[in-house]
Amino acid sequence: MLKPEVSDKDHASGPSKAPVTLVEFGDYECPHCGRAYPIIKDIQQTMGKQLRFVFRNFPLNESHPHAFMAAVAAEAAAKQDKFWEMHDIIYEHQDSLEMDDLLDYAKQLGLDIRQFAKDIQDKSTSGKVEHDFDSGLRSGVNGTPTFFINGKRYDGDWENDLAQRLADSF
Amino acid sequence: MLSPGAAAPDFELYATPDQKLCLHELKGKRVILAFYPADWSPVCGDQMSLYNEMLNYFRKHNAELVGISVDGKWCHNAFTADRKLHFPLLADFEPKGEVAKAYGVYNEEEGQTKRALFVLDEEGTIRWSYLSPDGINPGADGILDALEEMNAEKAVN
Repeated sequence: MLKPEVSDKDHASGPSKAPVTLVEFGDYECPHCGRAYPIIKDIQQTMGKQLRFVFRNFPLNESHPHAFMAAVAAEAAAKQDKFWEMHDIIYEHQDSLEMDDLLDYAKQLGLDIRQFAKDIQDKSTSGKVEHDFDSGLRSGVNGTPTFFINGKRYDGDWENDLAQRLADSF
Repeated sequence: MLSPGAAAPDFELYATPDQKLCLHELKGKRVILAFYPADWSPVCGDQMSLYNEMLNYFRKHNAELVGISVDGKWCHNAFTADRKLHFPLLADFEPKGEVAKAYGVYNEEEGQTKRALFVLDEEGTIRWSYLSPDGINPGADGILDALEEMNAEKAVN
């Protein structure tokens, strides 16, 4: 089961009262998560208000050396209310995740760069990433991406079956 | 499959091409034995890579992680380097699957170890075990829960 449950500390796209909540634990440098990105966009389009999509960080630091900083960058953007925009840009540029690139994306999003640079260094920002990772461990995350539908880990074939499973779950 | 309360069978297996590891060398620490079918499954965040990210959590609980499959020591050597693993992979290679059989987790049909987890206490007694379907990576929550329960029991005693 997902621990802790989804709360207002999470980044959620979609109504909080939606009948279906999909949580993804993702790594910004993971190619599988990269493939999942457009699939989820499609699902969000199809399901509209029936779906609340939540993203939690699960960077595999040993395998993906840029993943942690990318996650911190997205959380820093969140402090200026641009989490999803940054999340999207990063997934659309997975092979350009150096610090310079992340700063570029922040500029593209019109963020206050000085604030952004400060927030990247702030312990509370990296703390959110670590907190998500801990949540993943507790919840039984077993790779990236790992999905939870209404709190329960999804063990199916997300590339081909996730949309159907979500439609079936309400 | 061996259950909690049983003494964990000792073993001596190659952990690198020229060094063997004996289970009894780890007495005094808790041990997580992760039996898994084979190296080189084609996904990132495969079970061993995943546990690699969690070593700090395990060490905080005074637990050492050891992976075991029937792959040979040179295969483990290459896999360890490729995935940048920071814990030993043991070769249950010759006699094939002997240690897995001692723990009751050998898959005779496939000639591989099953996907099974054991958590041992500092004295080498099994305190938690779990068999996962081959196709499902069990994650680490069971291991962490077991370690925390062991902490809680210690606190009470």
